Amino acid sequence: MTAPKKRRNPLPAIAQAGPVSVWMVLFVTVPMLFIIYISFMSRGTFGGVEYTPTLTSYETLADVTYFAVILKSLQVAVVTTAVCLLLGYPFAYYIARKSADVASRLIMLLMIPLWTNSLMRLNAWMLLFQTNGPVNKALLALGIVQSPVKFIYTDGLVLLGLITNFLPFAVLPMYSSIEKLQKAMLEASADLGATPATTFRKVTLPLTFPGIFSAIILTFIPALGTYTITDMLGGGKVLYIGNIIKNQFGTIRNWPLGAALSVLLLLITALLIFLYSRFAKIEDMEVL
Amino acid sequence: MKNKKLLRQRRNAFWSALYAAVIYALFYIPVLVMIQFSFNDAKRNYSWEGFTTQWYGKLFSFGNHDLWESLVYSLAIAVAATVISVVVGVLGGIGLKKFEFRGKKFINLMLYVPIVVPEIVLAVSMLIIFMTVGIRLGMGTIVIGHCTFCIPYAVVTIKGRISGDNETLQEASMDLGANRVQTFWRVTIPSIMPGILSAAFLSFTLSIDDVIMSNMLASARQSTLPVLILSVNRTGITPDINALTTLMVLVMVAGMLVMSGLQRLRRKREAREMAEAEQRISTLRG
Amino acid sequence: MIVLADSIVSLRHVDKWYGGNHVVKDMNLEIRSGEFLTLLGPSGCGKTTTLRMIAGFEDATTGIIEVQGQRVEEKEPYQRDVNTVFQNYSLFPHMTVYDNVAYGPTIKKWPKAQIKEQVTKMLELVQMAGYEKRKPDALSGGQKQRVAIARALINNPRVLLLDEPLGALDLKLRKQMQIELKRLQRKLGITFVYVTHDQEEAMTMSDRIAVMKDGVILQIDAPLEIYDHPNCRFVADFIGESNVIEGTVVSAEGSLLSVETDGGLVRTRGEGFAVGERICISVRPEYLAVSAAPVEGFTMRGRVKDFIYMGTVIKTSLDLPGGQEVKFSRFEPDPTLREGDERFIYWPENKSVPIRLTGEVSP
Repeated sequence: MTAPKKRRNPLPAIAQAGPVSVWMVLFVTVPMLFIIYISFMSRGTFGGVEYTPTLTSYETLADVTYFAVILKSLQVAVVTTAVCLLLGYPFAYYIARKSADVASRLIMLLMIPLWTNSLMRLNAWMLLFQTNGPVNKALLALGIVQSPVKFIYTDGLVLLGLITNFLPFAVLPMYSSIEKLQKAMLEASADLGATPATTFRKVTLPLTFPGIFSAIILTFIPALGTYTITDMLGGGKVLYIGNIIKNQFGTIRNWPLGAALSVLLLLITALLIFLYSRFAKIEDMEVL
Repeated sequence: MKNKKLLRQRRNAFWSALYAAVIYALFYIPVLVMIQFSFNDAKRNYSWEGFTTQWYGKLFSFGNHDLWESLVYSLAIAVAATVISVVVGVLGGIGLKKFEFRGKKFINLMLYVPIVVPEIVLAVSMLIIFMTVGIRLGMGTIVIGHCTFCIPYAVVTIKGRISGDNETLQEASMDLGANRVQTFWRVTIPSIMPGILSAAFLSFTLSIDDVIMSNMLASARQSTLPVLILSVNRTGITPDINALTTLMVLVMVAGMLVMSGLQRLRRKREAREMAEAEQRISTLRG
Repeated sequence: MIVLADSIVSLRHVDKWYGGNHVVKDMNLEIRSGEFLTLLGPSGCGKTTTLRMIAGFEDATTGIIEVQGQRVEEKEPYQRDVNTVFQNYSLFPHMTVYDNVAYGPTIKKWPKAQIKEQVTKMLELVQMAGYEKRKPDALSGGQKQRVAIARALINNPRVLLLDEPLGALDLKLRKQMQIELKRLQRKLGITFVYVTHDQEEAMTMSDRIAVMKDGVILQIDAPLEIYDHPNCRFVADFIGESNVIEGTVVSAEGSLLSVETDGGLVRTRGEGFAVGERICISVRPEYLAVSAAPVEGFTMRGRVKDFIYMGTVIKTSLDLPGGQEVKFSRFEPDPTLREGDERFIYWPENKSVPIRLTGEVSP
């Protein structure tokens, strides 16, 4: 037996949930579907798109040049993420174990640099690592090197930029999941005979896993897709997926290829999200 | 024995504080260097050439027209994106929490897309749509782009602020004779005000600092400040840009200090009023 | 159905479904003007849903709800002449105590001076004068509840709905608030519809109690009547403590029934029971008694198991031969009783209630 239906006034629901729904469908769903569609089309003679289905773009991706770029981008993103996790987790733990008052101040202290223009912060690294910049001067003075090291426009400097840029976004989700961890649980574990290391492995780590995975998603994916950091610190000499996508819509104008690369990034994102959903609830993902 | 434990704890505390300081240094060194180079006595910032304050003077004699124009452009976009994102996000946060409807799961999923998908992907897919449909690129398209990633953050922030209590607060209001509109303005909105403020703050900071959307969805004629910086970077950043961004941070920090100061004052006033009331009550009872 | 002239709220054939869950089943309820009616039952029995349907927060799936003779099913909560006191108080956190109480009148655009006068009067009524400028966060649970009551009462509702309003308070404060609420209700003459799962609370405060289970009102009556004459096993168990003993009627002389149980023969009084019928008998602990010598009509024996001292009362448990445990309670200990003693068990026939076992009885 089922309940008889009764009509409710739909107006409040439409007024409140309507705008966001329309916006998301119009500016997220439709563009996403369209870019997938475009990736299977042909390149127009004068840029743009010719609507004849083809797999050319995807075949191009398998080409050695592009494939190398994709691999290198993945590699750099993996390293960035790993370093951010390793540096960020103890840092987040340090903040989370402070009293609420101190912790909120420390978080504030973490946020303030983020109000500074991010490109100018990247530029500052450039200035520090110039050939005749302070870092080289210090190295020479200390006798560690005999002649100035060329840091700028190297993968190393790009990596430094990526790490310092994304580290706060790795710290924040890990902080909020460590903060939620109850002290009583750690005490219970110690009480039951576990060493600090065992407690960390058996209790802390599994319970803060959603925060760690959120940090991975919030670091790995943007690191994979960035072109501004590589532009600022790589001087356009170091190419990553993001630069190539951007170029397909600017100077080079090969939309389907850019679309195919975008679809590749979408697939990687979807894969990570799928993995996340296997271990934790999507709603619990810490995004701030 | 006990001393050993204490010693160990002290040593641990020292090393972990040092570690935290090093991490903070990673975040603050670039900021300090940026500020330092706003006082650089050189045409372009490559190396330190000596101290000067001339760039601040030049900034306010409006010699660098492009810079000011791009700042105003950025601010206009950020304000528009913030207002739209907050309105849509607040309504959406409330609505998605309160109502059940077909497709709600899908919308919730879509809200995660701009948060997790690389911005470049979102930007180029919107670009293709705009170009194909024939929408002229410019301020409007940039605002749409910014809203698209600000709205999800606003919705998440608001949803987090709406506790289970909120539903009964609304019921209490209706029970006391307020209709839906009155309830919305008098109860729903004020009770999530902190969430609305932080959503607005977040939207503004995301928008003003955005490069990718602002770059991809812009017309050739005008660019936002970050896009200008990105393009100037090839030929070398001029110190007046450092001066401007330094001032922007100072304004933000000052604003934050004023806000927290006001909050502290209000709390003090409330405490004083409470103490007064306490006295009145005890005289009434006594 | 007869509609009483003084009925202020009536529910007729009201059903409520949540998806496939039938939480209120064909409910008929007449609430009398000026009475203190309690909806009592375990969690999930539909009592809160019933209250929320009267308030207008939930729509009845089918059926008629009338307040003061007017149908309200289509009316919004803000169009109904009833007010609610919520379990979690639901004070507006961003408003002071004064603004909370003044909320209803402000919405209704009363003149400012009148609002001030009424708010002051209401806060005095609930003994919260002087707290006007406080925010709810700075109040204790009991104080919050007083403000919530003032906030509801200022609107002069004909009916006040209270949803477990004392549920979050500690025991001592709860007892005190029970008495205060009852006095307030007497003084104002407003109809109170009160929801609770605490049977003691219901017994203390109510003019009538409606005992609910699985969306159905099992029995509705004055507290003492329900206590002395539960009409089904559930009510007997749920209201107060009760010894419920199963058996078969072996003889019926007028209203006097003789019943064969596992432990032996016992007596009770009831109309309309036939010889051979399976029934159970409910006996309150204060009426159950023991004796060293057999009492006429009773052959049931039990072995003393233990004594529990509960404040002023001593509870004695006995094991029946079948393994069932029965209890009796007295103010004075019986010095002749020891653990392990065997005694005959009996009770005054008219202080026991026979209950039919065939299905639950509807009122």
